[in-house]
Amino acid sequence: MDDVESQIAEWRAYVAKAPAVDGRDVDELEGHLRDQIAELDTAGLTADEAFLVAVKRMGDLDTLSREFAREHSGRLWKQLVLSGEDEPARPSNGGFEALVFALAAGVAIQVARLIAEYPDEQPGWLLRNATLFVLPFLAAYFARRRKVDIRRWGLAAAPIVLVALVVNLYPYPADSATELLVALHVPVVLWFVIAYPYMGGTLGSHERRMDFVRFTGEWFIYYVLIALGGGVLLLLTSLILEPISAELPERVVEWVLPSGAAGAVIVAGWLVESKQRVVENMAPVLTKLFTPLFAVMLTIAAATYALSGVTGAFDRERLGLFDAILVVVLGLVLYSMSAREPSQPGGLADQIQLLAVVSALVLDVMVLGVMLARVGDLGFTPNRAAALGLNIVLLVNLAGTAWLSLRFLRGRIAFHRLERWQTSYVPIFALWAAIVVAVLPPLFGFI
Amino acid sequence: MHIDKDLVAASATPLVLAILGESENYGYAILKRVRELSEGELEWTDGMLYPLLHRLQRLEYVTTEWRTPPEGRRRRYYAITDAGRAALAEQQRQWMTVTRALDDVWRGNGGLMTALGEV
Repeated sequence: MDDVESQIAEWRAYVAKAPAVDGRDVDELEGHLRDQIAELDTAGLTADEAFLVAVKRMGDLDTLSREFAREHSGRLWKQLVLSGEDEPARPSNGGFEALVFALAAGVAIQVARLIAEYPDEQPGWLLRNATLFVLPFLAAYFARRRKVDIRRWGLAAAPIVLVALVVNLYPYPADSATELLVALHVPVVLWFVIAYPYMGGTLGSHERRMDFVRFTGEWFIYYVLIALGGGVLLLLTSLILEPISAELPERVVEWVLPSGAAGAVIVAGWLVESKQRVVENMAPVLTKLFTPLFAVMLTIAAATYALSGVTGAFDRERLGLFDAILVVVLGLVLYSMSAREPSQPGGLADQIQLLAVVSALVLDVMVLGVMLARVGDLGFTPNRAAALGLNIVLLVNLAGTAWLSLRFLRGRIAFHRLERWQTSYVPIFALWAAIVVAVLPPLFGFI
Repeated sequence: MHIDKDLVAASATPLVLAILGESENYGYAILKRVRELSEGELEWTDGMLYPLLHRLQRLEYVTTEWRTPPEGRRRRYYAITDAGRAALAEQQRQWMTVTRALDDVWRGNGGLMTALGEV
């Protein structure tokens, strides 16, 4: 029997290697194996035979782990290397392709810069179009990586063309406020356009949408890291070159910065895909660290505002700041969501997060109240309309999150519902950004 | 008789839900019950039951709990929820429709079998 014990241990170790099968699942499968062996034993098989039959019945382990992966794609996110039909083990992990696309993006933005004679001239079209020279390359990279068919290439390209048309055909006068808003929202619209090729030409699947949300968060971490490294590199280069000519560092920054920033967009996308495990460890740490800090900050702020009243201190242009706060809180919620195992019951971390969300909501509702009360006599400007719209979109999302978290913490619903809420909400963000780009400027007469 | 693998896959969810509708149970016993019910004709790869059960759990059709019965080892028990019962009822309706349609066409004159024979 000892022999069988060691065989079971070996089998167990092998099963446990599959990325999407976690410890509890291995326990469950081992229990099954042992039940089967015990039954075959009583049927008169020797221990060895019983083990072999039981293992055979359990099925091919590669297929099994793929099946687990399909169900628990969140776990799989930890390492996307599955041997088998989904992702054949190949020497190239897309690094070369990523480099080509990164170079192309770098060149495209450089050409645009030279045509615009930036930074001597600062034409509005460059500002509006900047990300149009970069993000389509990321979309193309994913379309290639996901091997989407011709029709889907077309479907991915169509919205990009549409954005380009809308952005360039609208007549913006110089120093137009709507132009600035469009410049800020075009990247957001394009980012959601990337979701389509990223998800392999599907839109409906909630699991794939969650993957895209994760991708967004981790891409952001990588991009910030690359930007920090690049900043240090540029600074040192400038310091080295300064003695040669006082003007040289400036020229270097002018040439290197746009291309570097554009190329890094694609490189970060590639890094998220291929070096998953590094960020996988970072996102939970960041959330654990910052969620309590934000919870404390927001609670204090909400309490202070509630006591002192908002009217005096509140500057009406400050709504943008509260948008930023809500975005950060939403970011924390999404990071922690992507880092957590959905079957785990709610705990202290979830309560702290709920506190942060609720404080942010209270704070925001007070500000909104003041804002709305004043809109009557102040009227809408494009900036105010955009800030207010974003605020409401975020507010609804976080209110839903808070409500569902509460129900989850009380054990009424599964964590899955929270994920569903976020993934169902994704198109609304895209829609809002699209409205700011396409509807807001004509609405305000392009001022 | 060999049952087509797509058919096995399609029937897996209603079967498991129906078995859990009888009483809560753990994986190995569910499989034994499947064999019993189909008189050994439905061949499942044992391991595949578990991803299926986890999917049902995610959909909130079943709840699970680890328990150690007085005699025997620690096992994960699955129990059907109200949502699971509703899904089962829906599956039942669909399967009834399919089997009724097949039944009708096979019993009727010049039914599916003759049609297939002419191809």
